[in-house]
Amino acid sequence: MSAQDPSLITDNEEAAAPYLQRSLLEPRALFSTLLSGAAWLTAIIASIPLFSVLYGLVIRGGHRLGLEVFTELPPAGFEEGGGFGNAIIGTLVTVGIGALISIPFGILGAVFLAELDSDGRVAYVARFCAKTLTGLPSILAGVFAYAVVVLATGTYSAPAAGVALALLMLPTIVLTAEESMRMVPAPMKNAAYGMGCTRSQVIWKIVLPTALPGVLTGVMLAVARAAGETAPLLFTALFSNYWFVENGKAELMTPIASLSVLIYNFSGMPYDNQIELAWTASLVLVLLVLLFNILARVLGRKKI
Amino acid sequence: MAHNDAQRKVVIDCKLDKVFYGDFLAVRNSHVPIQKGHITGFIGPSGCGKSTVLRSLNRMNDLVQGFRFEGNVHFHGQDVYGSTVDPVVVRRYIGMVFQQPNPFAMSIFDNVAFGLRLNRFKGDIAERVENALKKAALWDEVKNKLKASGLSLSGGQQQRLCIARAIATEPSVVLMDEPCSALDPIATRRIEELMVELKEKYTIALVTHNMQQAMRVADKTAFFSVDISQGGRTGYLVELGDTQQIFEDPQEQLTQEYIRGEFS
Repeated sequence: MSAQDPSLITDNEEAAAPYLQRSLLEPRALFSTLLSGAAWLTAIIASIPLFSVLYGLVIRGGHRLGLEVFTELPPAGFEEGGGFGNAIIGTLVTVGIGALISIPFGILGAVFLAELDSDGRVAYVARFCAKTLTGLPSILAGVFAYAVVVLATGTYSAPAAGVALALLMLPTIVLTAEESMRMVPAPMKNAAYGMGCTRSQVIWKIVLPTALPGVLTGVMLAVARAAGETAPLLFTALFSNYWFVENGKAELMTPIASLSVLIYNFSGMPYDNQIELAWTASLVLVLLVLLFNILARVLGRKKI
Repeated sequence: MAHNDAQRKVVIDCKLDKVFYGDFLAVRNSHVPIQKGHITGFIGPSGCGKSTVLRSLNRMNDLVQGFRFEGNVHFHGQDVYGSTVDPVVVRRYIGMVFQQPNPFAMSIFDNVAFGLRLNRFKGDIAERVENALKKAALWDEVKNKLKASGLSLSGGQQQRLCIARAIATEPSVVLMDEPCSALDPIATRRIEELMVELKEKYTIALVTHNMQQAMRVADKTAFFSVDISQGGRTGYLVELGDTQQIFEDPQEQLTQEYIRGEFS
């Protein structure tokens, strides 16, 4: 090339010197600026609902937020004060049971879908079912658990609620876990096979650990969703005005309180005290869900 | 290359009759002995089946749907494709380094220790990891950051990490499938030097699309070609011999044409 020849370079530069300044009047640039602006605007509009809900909850429920609401039982009738400590515990217990059922099933199912039989007929059917289940109205999950557990055991209970919530969590966990296991690069799996790993060793030592952040994110999102469910709990957990653990003994097979049902019950009552508590409970529930979401973010971060 | 080592022991004796992917006949009639302490280079045009043959040696192709192998591969007196042989165990003795560096998403140390832990190695893991990294000429660059991610290294370093990982378990043969094709010339040169250093202890089979690389490092060279006469594209072994002989005095017309075509 003639890069060594200085005269030629100068010639080229003069001949082809392009106009490089940004001009808003140029149609393409104008269009681009307008589109960027529109994207910003819609992003801001999209976050308005969340922030307005949070704002409303803090304004109306924030002033009752204190130690009392965590340690006291719900007030009856014209009682003053009170809290919903039992409902917080109830929500954690029912969601915990749901997670205990759905996480192992969900992850193992995802291993099957992603690794063992990804193109098979069983996998096809299972994947279709999971996708359909994600759209299942939550009240139907409640009715299902009512028929299967409540009628069979003869009582509303935390396990019944756990089954209903597990049904709602399962598809989310299966599908997100499958997706993140599929993202594990094939060369990495090849390397493991090349080292003399069995199939199960490849799954346990490479696929699952590499996909773990994504799997945990899915689990946390499912948990967050389940924590806010009301309809299935009305059919399965009902409500209770007492502590889950009374006198050091936990009675599993009795109705159990939950934040969402408490909000549902109290918001319809004619007493100011209860309505205020419903607002505070809403705030606590939203904060709980937010906590799970933040946890999902933190766990989803790649460690190495 | 002298002929006095013609009697070297054959570690892997691959007598391949036919390899199919589904109905597609990918490779036929190739007898490839891999001699102990040598680097055997596989060269040939694209689609000639050199990678397929290499990956058949430790049954990596079993992972490909529809793969079928006819023939046998003798390794220490046993047929690797025998009905009672566990391909997983085969791969523990015949290690592999791939085209794209593929470290696991874990620390440098854990990458190298992976195979040792897999085999429930009872000795000093740290010592073995250090030795493997030293043999792979990577130790000086990583000794102060063994906890860093294997993925944080450069491409050439990643490939040397993969080599360290492959030799940490002391396999008897290491298969290398175009190990330098994703690397720059300097990194390539280092890997080549490394192969020559390693070959006394670990027999190496090397697929390369770079003929100069085969000339530089391989003791024996196998030339594969594609047969399109039957309508398909079937690869087969044309000629195998000492590297010098293959490049300077090829016996087959096809080898001559391929080598001349590349250099003229």
